[in-house]
Amino acid sequence: MARQLCTFYLNGLYLGVDVTRVQEVIRYQEMTRVPLAAPEVRGLINLRGQIVTAIELRTRMGLPPRPDDQRPMNVVIRASWGGHVSLLVDEIGDVIEVDEETFEPMPETVPAASRELFLGVFKLSDRLLLVLDTERAICGSDLREGARG
Amino acid sequence: MTLDEEILREFLIESREALDLLDRDLVALERDPSAQQRIAGIFRAVHTIKGTAGFLGFKQLELVTHAGENLLSRLRDGRITLTARMTTALLAMCDAVRQILATVEADGTEGGADLGPLVGALNSLHATPSALPAPVRVKSRSPEPAPEPAPTILEKAPVNAPAPAPPTPVVALTEIVVDRDVPAETSVRVDVALLDRLMNLVGELVLARNQILQLGEVRDASFGAASQRLNLITTELQEGVMKTRMQPIGNVLHKFPRVVRDLAQSCGKRAEIEMEGVETELDRTIIEAVRDPLTHVVRNAIDHGIEAPAARAAAGKPATGRLTLRAFHEGGRVNIEVADDGAGIDPERLRQSAVRRGVISAERASRMTDHESIGLIFMAGFSTATEVTRLSGRGVGMDVVRTNVEKIGGTVEVQSVVGRGTTLKIKIPLTLAIVPALVVSDDGERYAIPQVSLLELVRLEGPQALASIESLQGTPIFRLRGNLLPLVYLRAALGGGARPPSDEPVNIVVVQAEDRPFGLVVDGVNDTGEIVVKPFGREIKGVSVFAGATIMGDGRVALILDVLGLAQRSGIMARGRDLLRGDEADAAGDARPRQALLLFQVGDDARIGLPLHKVARLEEFSRDRIERAGHRKVVQYRGEILPLVDLCAFFGQADAGCTAGPDAEPLQVIVYAENERRFGLVVRRILDIVDDTPPIECDAASPGLLGSTTIQGRVTDLLDVAGVIRAVDPALLEKRAAA
Repeated sequence: MARQLCTFYLNGLYLGVDVTRVQEVIRYQEMTRVPLAAPEVRGLINLRGQIVTAIELRTRMGLPPRPDDQRPMNVVIRASWGGHVSLLVDEIGDVIEVDEETFEPMPETVPAASRELFLGVFKLSDRLLLVLDTERAICGSDLREGARG
Repeated sequence: MTLDEEILREFLIESREALDLLDRDLVALERDPSAQQRIAGIFRAVHTIKGTAGFLGFKQLELVTHAGENLLSRLRDGRITLTARMTTALLAMCDAVRQILATVEADGTEGGADLGPLVGALNSLHATPSALPAPVRVKSRSPEPAPEPAPTILEKAPVNAPAPAPPTPVVALTEIVVDRDVPAETSVRVDVALLDRLMNLVGELVLARNQILQLGEVRDASFGAASQRLNLITTELQEGVMKTRMQPIGNVLHKFPRVVRDLAQSCGKRAEIEMEGVETELDRTIIEAVRDPLTHVVRNAIDHGIEAPAARAAAGKPATGRLTLRAFHEGGRVNIEVADDGAGIDPERLRQSAVRRGVISAERASRMTDHESIGLIFMAGFSTATEVTRLSGRGVGMDVVRTNVEKIGGTVEVQSVVGRGTTLKIKIPLTLAIVPALVVSDDGERYAIPQVSLLELVRLEGPQALASIESLQGTPIFRLRGNLLPLVYLRAALGGGARPPSDEPVNIVVVQAEDRPFGLVVDGVNDTGEIVVKPFGREIKGVSVFAGATIMGDGRVALILDVLGLAQRSGIMARGRDLLRGDEADAAGDARPRQALLLFQVGDDARIGLPLHKVARLEEFSRDRIERAGHRKVVQYRGEILPLVDLCAFFGQADAGCTAGPDAEPLQVIVYAENERRFGLVVRRILDIVDDTPPIECDAASPGLLGSTTIQGRVTDLLDVAGVIRAVDPALLEKRAAA
């Protein structure tokens, strides 16, 4: 069976995560700021009574901040430790099926810092689709240590 | 889950429960070896484990329980009486079974532990006095029961109907079958995770209810009536679900008889434990949280409290020490008292020891009441034991107990009478899941402050507001009924900018952390109410100023402030615990700010002082703990690596520095905190703490010093820590790289 990816856009990039890792996609939510937390922690949202940390994927990837008039979308990811974490992205794309034949690891020339956030890239007919390593994106060691800075 | 897995899981759970009971019963039995009823119970429990183990094919487990069962069956029949050696062997059997169960749970195998010696010991204990031939076969590892007298029959018992056999064991068997009471099923086993989920859902329901109630105020009457009903049902449901999570505190206490027995035996003492109120119920999260502190307190009581039998006899007390554990509900909280009838704590000795260690000044010690002095045991790095034992006396005890109890919103208090004993009182809340809290707002966000750390609210209005807040060495201070109350601006503590000066009223929330009150300045005080504490994602666990989060009536998330963490972050705690501070009233009238100073020596005569509020702790490390990390000397300290800066070497007082001194002498280290970095200053000796720092009289004579002054009639240099570090290892001063 072909792999299914949930896709989204971030600063012009076309990204995808394995659809089995996605809990749900929700519209912009009011967030509660967490002072002293790592910069990519944008805030906390209430997901039906569960408190979920929202991580600004742009900051995480070192991209420029989102323009003020754009509201992010939440891609809620199931973390390996059982909780949920929301990734803030610009816009949601479709769930697409990809052909494993067209997969390639990240080119060595991509800077290491952002390379390690991706599992690899799918060469679609009209563009490239970067596959995000969700574990890395939500559980980077710098996040856990974030507040001690 | 397959049927087999389910059976196995149930076996593991039941066996563990049975083992806990066994521990308790064995110790009780030792005290009163004639209690036949109890022996029968123990026998049954071991028998059941053995039977199920055999059924599930765990040969090792069967082997070891079989040996224990043999011994027990003779005890039960009154053919031999229980000795301490037997109890020890039987307890060792419980431990072995536990260990095997653990490996079974981990990887499904029984592990490769050699049970030969244990089985041999169990067998030898009953073999000699018994008329029966020693069951040699049991020693072999062969699991198949070979035809053999009495023990074989017992082995088969759980699976088969009574088989033809010699008379005595058969009688025993029927007894077992009849005796095994099958209670009517009035209770069911429920997964803890499910209970937690239910609790979460109820929390949700409470929030939804709150929202509905708000709407009800504006809608028509029938809507209001319905929402009132919803309100009642929700409250009842909340109470019901809370109850399901309650567990008797006995679940923790029941292991103590065994702890006391083992411990007393290993320190050559005799002690008994008596427990009251084991049925007192607590939320399971709290039960887990008090487990370690209580164990520590009980160990302390045996190790330091109860005297050796000879000393007790000399004091006219019974040779066996008595430890009483009492748990009871009082005013919506649970009290746990641990009382021993030991030597008690000598306040005078404590004061001397504290002065010797440089924890307090001699002058301060002379002013302390006995009650205050006993409170010294809660100070970090303090030990009451004359010598360090394997179990306690390392000085990292009671402060950790207190911190852990306070973490769950509890308090610890100690009372002691010399020669009569010590009583420790721990008060803890019933639950952590739903707590009363005050909601405040600051910088556009709302924060909840748990009521347990709240003292009072102060509101300053008009011109009086600004005038009444003074500054002491850069720390804002408010005079509250003559006492100086340090203020922490929440906005600044949370990394926000300073609050713009305005004529707005100032709201001060007076809170306390570890007995030390301070004022938290916030923009507004909103409301009080019950909040449902929700855990954080682990992405922000590192932020110590928050204890968790909650969801407000409008559905938005609010953070719960951790008052202790906040105090530590703002440097309130670093200025020393309550006992360290001088009388605040004295300081208030003084125009010049006072600053306590820690005095120490690096060489033979030079005295150096360091502002006490920069000192996180005083520690002694044995020299073999020094390790190297790059060019630095470091020690592992409280889960982090503490770089050492050798002041003796820096000031050229010792060629190789103090870290290279004689091995037997522990290293004297001042743990210094700056920019959230900590490092250890190695000195030769800690001298004293003085309450006041006189102005500098003479400029610095060498780098690393700010200047000199006269203290206690002697010339004392003032240390320039930043200067020393800059010269030795500038990297230590940098803020840790941001994430």
